[in-house]
Amino acid sequence: MFAETPFVRSKRRSEAFAKWLFFAMSAAMVLPLLLIVGYLFVKAAPSLNINFLLDVPRRGMTQGGIWPAFVGTVYLVFISLAISAPVGILAAVYLNEYARDNWLNRMINLAVINLAGVPSIVHALFGLGAFVYAARLGYSILSASLTLAIMTLPVIIASTREALASVPMSFREACWNVGATRWQTIRAVVLPNSISGILTGVILQVSRAAGETAPIMFTGAVFFKAVQKGEVFAYHLNEQCMALSMHLYTISTQVPGVKESIPFATAVVLLASVLLVNAAAITLRALMRSRKKW
Amino acid sequence: MSAQAHIQVQDLRLAYGTREVLHGISFDIRHNEIFGIIGPAQSGKTSLLRCINRTIDFSPEASVSGAITVDGEDVRRTKDLFALRRRIGMVAPLPVGLPLSIYDNVAFAPRCAGMTRKTDLDAIVEQCLRQAALWDEVKDRLSSLGTKLSGGQQQRLTIARALSHQPAILCLDEFSIAIDPVTTMRIEDVIKELRRDMTVILVTNLTQQARRLADRTMFLWNGEIIELDSSDIIFGDQPRDRRTYEYVNGLFG
Repeated sequence: MFAETPFVRSKRRSEAFAKWLFFAMSAAMVLPLLLIVGYLFVKAAPSLNINFLLDVPRRGMTQGGIWPAFVGTVYLVFISLAISAPVGILAAVYLNEYARDNWLNRMINLAVINLAGVPSIVHALFGLGAFVYAARLGYSILSASLTLAIMTLPVIIASTREALASVPMSFREACWNVGATRWQTIRAVVLPNSISGILTGVILQVSRAAGETAPIMFTGAVFFKAVQKGEVFAYHLNEQCMALSMHLYTISTQVPGVKESIPFATAVVLLASVLLVNAAAITLRALMRSRKKW
Repeated sequence: MSAQAHIQVQDLRLAYGTREVLHGISFDIRHNEIFGIIGPAQSGKTSLLRCINRTIDFSPEASVSGAITVDGEDVRRTKDLFALRRRIGMVAPLPVGLPLSIYDNVAFAPRCAGMTRKTDLDAIVEQCLRQAALWDEVKDRLSSLGTKLSGGQQQRLTIARALSHQPAILCLDEFSIAIDPVTTMRIEDVIKELRRDMTVILVTNLTQQARRLADRTMFLWNGEIIELDSSDIIFGDQPRDRRTYEYVNGLFG
């Protein structure tokens, strides 16, 4: 009585086919990642130890470690985000909570979107012209950080706006109805309920700032800089620094006779630090979400 | 216009962009009356309330003309918008517990108005929660989240919040659509108590609710007043307009 008709059978088959096709494509995504990471680790293995991280490069960068580059990257990332995070978050609060739909704010929106689409090499040239020369900051950590800050700013604005927009409008209206000002509403209800999303957006920019080579190469990263092994405060803000991404580029292409495992180990350190920070962001978000209040 | 009118609305027109939703309506609301507003969806009931407490300002495409006075003061020229909103308690159709503790939900408005003394705040929180018939259910867990309460409790919390800034006018916008009949009856009893202290505007889709509570009822339809009279007449056998009779008795359309 309930025998399968040919129509039902063909429907069932195409359903199964579709499901497997989509699964295969998603699974194919994972494969390159595993291959890249696995390949890197195998190639890097001979050099991977704590001394590689803490030591300085030796014998014309063909041996030794990567400490100056690692510290330089930490400097660049933290200083650039210390600039772009406050500016970006405040700008996003204005755009999402205060701005009316007029031509000025439409222009600002357009600028933010376009700024996000500017290639990093163009940011690099802008940073060279604006910070190194016009502002007379010279080739320095400050110039490079400012350039990275400009690069990460639009993305931070976009992610912060998204986090703010996820707070239901009805909460704001309830506050306005009892005579709260916009700022009282933002402080009491909007910010506390979007802060996890805002922080996640900022932290995810760490990986971008750490990975970019062009902007810092033009504005403040240098081929070699003498630094003590394991020294934390290795640089002044007005001097140039080494950086992981730049270091990886130079030892891979510019320096002959580098021990084979060193570039791979450098890549592993860069990848691992970025993944570590991202994992921290994801944990933070999960933690805050579990305390979500509605 | 009568001298004791609490709210006067004169030739109020409201348009969202080019679409006019209130076509020049005029009426008075008296002190301490329960004023019912009935009418089908899209007839402009909620928009009317938003004009009175000026939250219509948050819709940039809205344009308002005409005059609304509260206690003789033109709300469209008021010096202190936030003080105006504190004179008017507003309860929305869907309960909105703010993602704060129950205590903070009620203490929020007094704090925004500058009240900081703990004893004053404690007194207001207890008084408002009692007025909203919620105190006994939540007095032992004032620090738990307002959003974790049930729908009916959240609606009473919303009412407590609307009372927390000690308004002279309470606007209830279809407060019962998301709550069960028993809770509705409890809140209706609360409203009958509150009228001694304030004027109540009751917007409702339930014509029987207006009949039970309102002294006078206005039938608003497509942005025009079809009829405004004492509830006995509106809900009686002989309202002036045939459409009123048909709407109230479910024969409309």
